Amino acid sequence: MTRIVVGPFNRVEGDLEVSLDVEAGLIQSARVNSPLFRGFEQIMIGRAPLDALAIVPRICGICSVAQSAAAASALAEAMGIVPTVNGKISRNLICATENLADHLTHFYLFFMPDFARPAYADRPWHGAVAKRFTAVTGDAAAEVLPARAGFLRLMGFLAGRWPHTLAIQPGGSTRAITAGERIRLLALLREFRGFVEKRLFGDSLAAVAQLASKDQLLAWADGRVGDLPAFLHAASDLGLDKLGRAYDAFLSYGAYDLFPAGTWQAGQAAAFDPVAIDEDTTSAWLAAGQARHPAQGETIVDANKPDAYTWCKAPRYAGQPYEVGALARQVIAGHPLALDLVQRDGASVMARVVARLLELALVLPAMEGWVNALQPGEPFCAHGDMPDDATGTGLVEAARGSLGHWLGIRRGRIERYQIIAPTTWNFSPRDASNQPGPLEQALVGLPAGDAAPPTVQHVVRSFDPCMVCTVH
Amino acid sequence: MKVLWLQSGGCGGCTQSMLCSEPRSLFDELGDAGIEFLWHPALSVESGEEALAILEDCAEGRLAFDALCIEGAMLRGPNGTGKFHLMAGSGRPLTEWVARLARHAKWVFAIGSCTAYGGFSANTPGNPLEACGLQFDEQTPGGLLGAGFQSSAALPVINIAGCPTHPGWVVDTLEKAALEGLSPEDLDEFGRPLLYAGGLVHHGCARNEFYEFKASAMKQSDLGCLMENLGCKGTQAHADCNLRSWNGSGSCLRGGFACIACTEPGFESPGHAFQETPKLAGIPIGLPTDMPKAWFVALAALSKSATPKRVRNNAVEDHPVVMPAVRKKGGGK
Repeated sequence: MTRIVVGPFNRVEGDLEVSLDVEAGLIQSARVNSPLFRGFEQIMIGRAPLDALAIVPRICGICSVAQSAAAASALAEAMGIVPTVNGKISRNLICATENLADHLTHFYLFFMPDFARPAYADRPWHGAVAKRFTAVTGDAAAEVLPARAGFLRLMGFLAGRWPHTLAIQPGGSTRAITAGERIRLLALLREFRGFVEKRLFGDSLAAVAQLASKDQLLAWADGRVGDLPAFLHAASDLGLDKLGRAYDAFLSYGAYDLFPAGTWQAGQAAAFDPVAIDEDTTSAWLAAGQARHPAQGETIVDANKPDAYTWCKAPRYAGQPYEVGALARQVIAGHPLALDLVQRDGASVMARVVARLLELALVLPAMEGWVNALQPGEPFCAHGDMPDDATGTGLVEAARGSLGHWLGIRRGRIERYQIIAPTTWNFSPRDASNQPGPLEQALVGLPAGDAAPPTVQHVVRSFDPCMVCTVH
Repeated sequence: MKVLWLQSGGCGGCTQSMLCSEPRSLFDELGDAGIEFLWHPALSVESGEEALAILEDCAEGRLAFDALCIEGAMLRGPNGTGKFHLMAGSGRPLTEWVARLARHAKWVFAIGSCTAYGGFSANTPGNPLEACGLQFDEQTPGGLLGAGFQSSAALPVINIAGCPTHPGWVVDTLEKAALEGLSPEDLDEFGRPLLYAGGLVHHGCARNEFYEFKASAMKQSDLGCLMENLGCKGTQAHADCNLRSWNGSGSCLRGGFACIACTEPGFESPGHAFQETPKLAGIPIGLPTDMPKAWFVALAALSKSATPKRVRNNAVEDHPVVMPAVRKKGGGK
């Protein structure tokens, strides 16, 4: 048995190291290390409660408004207020813009460049893929960056800027959209739809949204010119439809009133119970103790703890590791394509990537509907008072999965603030029962070592990890 | 110009923001100015050993590069070990990598306020992360590289401060360096390029009419000036956010929320709630930096008494309720 340490594992958000125990060219076990500690939960303690709105977006430059939305929800619960209708629509639009932009960034800038590697020079698709997706210099980058920047112009109207806005408030939004600006928002959505349909899919959003099985998907992609079809072609050739399976246990807090909250395991959908979450610190450089529900959670550094190997806690649902992300959202929402992919081959590199891009086809038309539903002239923000003692929970879906904030206020100040980020679920370490986290499980059995293909690269990035959130 | 980029105690938001550079693709914009990334953690293909080999060659002076861009605070803790961020795959503190690489850089750029001054990472009570900026510890010169550090272009660390940085601040500063060079006269006292930090956020603020008449917002989403009640520091913060818009047409003020002065050292702990203006005897404490207080108070009282009904009423609504009067040509005065 030899141990291979892979890092810096780049083209993820933040710093990541993976240790692999390899025998006969195959991974026997994996340990995922988040090598950076940030301490945001401590920064919050003692602050005025609404200061969380200025602080939490700075946890992450790529899930920035997801963090804002989680904090705003937790604060709204503490204040006993609900956002206005316009405020809620604005928040959904802001969150969806970030999530879809992240899906695009992940696919084009983080994930696809690995297929341009020289290791695949003998594959028939390599020439075309390398020309389009080579990091920085590929044709796609020159098109996708302006498309992404143009799409994020929605944030200029809705949130002032991205990342790091204070526009999302417990009662809605600070930024009332005018009747004239609604027209601009719709134009920006049409422009982005044009890029996604022409370049990414080579077909209409409606046609992609209706694909209902793996067979239909592959038949649809066959011979089609588009970036998703190009990925499906290469991924089928490399067997990425069958690699990267973790536990096939999925969790979603529900997004935009469009996708429901729930869990899914072994073919069984179930309601989500927020009480069933706890966090274990066994393998983290944090003080040991019983796993705790985040409403009672603590984050106390123990930098020299023996046998610990990461700064990431291990969240568990009913004691089990769960996978979160676009695939989880779509399986729990019952989308037939996501369900078929998972029921056939389990969660795979292909299934995770397809689910992410499927969300572009599903959410963009919904966003157009939300803009049409905005009522200029009606209030965008509700107001209320902050009690001296209160608690609140904010559960949202970031691009890469379920994000939760648990807030406690005492004597007018934040007394406790705990965060479980999506990659904390997916890249969690071993817990007290020695259960590996989802990525650790997904890597077992894959080829690794000097002569191995870059399979590990695909599997790790298929989760779209955000390490800076993980180690908040 | 070859750029080597590393990230540490930060959120990666300055890179995410930089990718919003418009109107051209960031890579085309920089490429045409002769700027290329030798390695960037979010963008380059090289991973693991390939990436470490590039960094090691640069740190040993075997591979030439021009600009070292660091994004994120320097985490020196616990107890000076740097263990709060060991660079993946290397087992060595990121602070050590930065110190080794900085010796070979023509220019060192701190990308974002965390890197310049420590930012939120340095703000945990008692700073257990022992976080600091490259050449400042909040307002105090020093930081990881020390107050006396100069890169081979005989410049201190160039602090492109902001949380996050505007894509234009980074792109324009890199292009200025690549095409014309930089000199100490291009920077202010905190090492910030004057090309974006030479004015105030207040300049060009779309709420200026409300400011002039001291017609103030009372609650979030109101259209009025945010300075008197809601914590806005636009009259004190050095940046061009309202002249160089964000994401097409935005800025914090245009987004309806206060400027929290994110380009200033120490912005993360203002000593009051971010969205409230601290006052003494009803007068905001943080008045415009270069205006005598008595004048401000006198002018404010005068302008409040002269505030048109339109401005006064619209200030406390989230959409205009009184439109500017339309005067017909030739219709009597």
